[in-house]
Amino acid sequence: MTTTAVRTKPTVAVWKFASCDGCQLNLLNAEDELLEVADTVNIAYFPEATRTMLPGPYDVSLVEGSITTPEEIERIKMVREQSGVLITIGACATHGGIQALRNYADVEEYTRYVYAHPEYIETLETSTPISEHVKVDFELRGCPVDKYQLVEVIAAFAQGRRPRIPTYSVCVECKRAGNICVPVVSGEPCLGPVTQAGCGAICPSFNRGCYACFGPQDSQNCHGMADRLAALGMTNDEMVRAYRTFNATCEPFHAESMRHERARKAGAEEVEA
Amino acid sequence: MRTMGLAAIDELVAVLDGAGYEVFGPRVRDGAIVLAPISGVADLPRGVGDEQDAARYRLRDRGDDRLFGYAAAAQGLKPVLFPSDELLVRIRKTPIGFDLEEPEAPARPRAFLGARDCDLRALAVHDTVLSSREFADKSYGQRRDGVFVVAVSCADPCGTCFCVSQGGSPKPGDGYDLALTELVDDAGHRFVVEVGSERGAEVLAQVTTAEAAESDLAAVDAQVAEATASMGRTLDTEGLPELMFAAADSPHWDTVAARCLACTNCTLVCPTCFCTSVEDSTDLSMSTTERHRVWDSCFGARFSYIHGGVVRASGKSRYRQWITHKLAGYQQQFGLSGCVGCGRCITWCPAAIDITAEAAALRASLADPETDLETAGEAR
Repeated sequence: MTTTAVRTKPTVAVWKFASCDGCQLNLLNAEDELLEVADTVNIAYFPEATRTMLPGPYDVSLVEGSITTPEEIERIKMVREQSGVLITIGACATHGGIQALRNYADVEEYTRYVYAHPEYIETLETSTPISEHVKVDFELRGCPVDKYQLVEVIAAFAQGRRPRIPTYSVCVECKRAGNICVPVVSGEPCLGPVTQAGCGAICPSFNRGCYACFGPQDSQNCHGMADRLAALGMTNDEMVRAYRTFNATCEPFHAESMRHERARKAGAEEVEA
Repeated sequence: MRTMGLAAIDELVAVLDGAGYEVFGPRVRDGAIVLAPISGVADLPRGVGDEQDAARYRLRDRGDDRLFGYAAAAQGLKPVLFPSDELLVRIRKTPIGFDLEEPEAPARPRAFLGARDCDLRALAVHDTVLSSREFADKSYGQRRDGVFVVAVSCADPCGTCFCVSQGGSPKPGDGYDLALTELVDDAGHRFVVEVGSERGAEVLAQVTTAEAAESDLAAVDAQVAEATASMGRTLDTEGLPELMFAAADSPHWDTVAARCLACTNCTLVCPTCFCTSVEDSTDLSMSTTERHRVWDSCFGARFSYIHGGVVRASGKSRYRQWITHKLAGYQQQFGLSGCVGCGRCITWCPAAIDITAEAAALRASLADPETDLETAGEAR
């Protein structure tokens, strides 16, 4: 005997804020799973993929991008009001993204360089994560997010369970994959030890060091990592950039980058302990 | 005792292949020696040596023709016999219920060419932990059954080797079917063969060999003695388990925790570490569920998560757990040391943490609590 629970398919909306669209594209890139995703959930609002736009509220909202304009501050509140569950996807949405480099610079100066008529540009001085503005139910890391993790998160919320997203280091995935440790074998810096897994250790799999695009792992030791990066020849300047590239607003990366920036400005050879 | 030439290695691999074994041996990949399927001498790292130190591994040209002139490979036998991701069961929904599908044993038993004494002692640890207790590990047993080992003596230990401190030797002592000692000198390039089992004798009988000369046996002894004397590191094991437990509150743990990245690499390259996690996953349509067993590590936060909290929240507590279990807890649990002295945890630690130096620092801190606890030579 079988019993079949009657389920209505949950509605899903996909939203874009300040971002490159790469994370949304990774949902479309999940070619083998896409039909099954469409069978599992009702994609109600996804301008990147379809002109059909059903009105809210939505059971699940996937939010890509960071908050960089006054208009976006208002729009994310509207998204939150219309969403049962709000999931941020990608480094922009979870930690400000590459555009959060503006947080350490003069935005007015940037706009003067980039735009012929900067007077038309209305922008904030910072790029901030969605979670600084509204309540976020789950954050999926990465630049871009991993398509298998994205499908897993959609499946988990559709099935009413917790997503199976590990928070340990990239090294776990690297060793499970049988990769040879890049910094040990070549001396090339690798941020894998402080970075959360999820990408499948894609850069080390191609003999490149990890760039930390998934943000900090749950037991990061950014200070100890910096000591090792210095031992491999990284300068304070390079260290600042390494910790700021994708996830500058997350506290451990931010704090470590500031430590090296202070050292750089002081012209000190040694950073403070 | 018999000797055999280079061509006989090809014969040996062919005989094992013909007897149904999948033959694994050393190969060069991505700048390191790895264990992978091989089909003959052409696949082996001829003339390749290695240099290993804390957080550093480099291959080098030996300038000779040795096939086994390197020290510990990037991994031992663990990834083959105790894989990093293993399907335990697949459950499929059917119209009237569900089907259970359990994986079969590997189609072909494995043969290992080039296993070292440390690899075999690690295998013995896994046999004890996984197969010899009340509940045997079925999938490990399936992979382990029928394994054929062609061991090789270490001619050139590396900077992180300390097997002699841990009761091992460059020359395999036990647990092999055949054991080779590679000699390269004026008398030529040859292998002195020792037989460790009946199966080994049967296989060797199908390979071209000759009676070993007295001088060959003397050369083996001399090479092994030289290798024994050239361990890169030592570990003082005198009263070590008691020392580790006594050091539980040592302030030295803070020093090592400042360096430890909690990345898990030491545990994942350790040939005796056996911790795993079981993960269930269900597909989108909820028609198929898989249960996998994957390598896990005591350096991860979730490893010690129980109903509402992480027991070992700090890096300090995790490092202490790992090294204390390795050097002391194993003795209580299994009656043997969890460390075989292969040095992999030292070489592949991206933070250059050295188990022998940490044990020495703990010993020093107990002997004299006022001593400078910074690990000598590894200070930040």
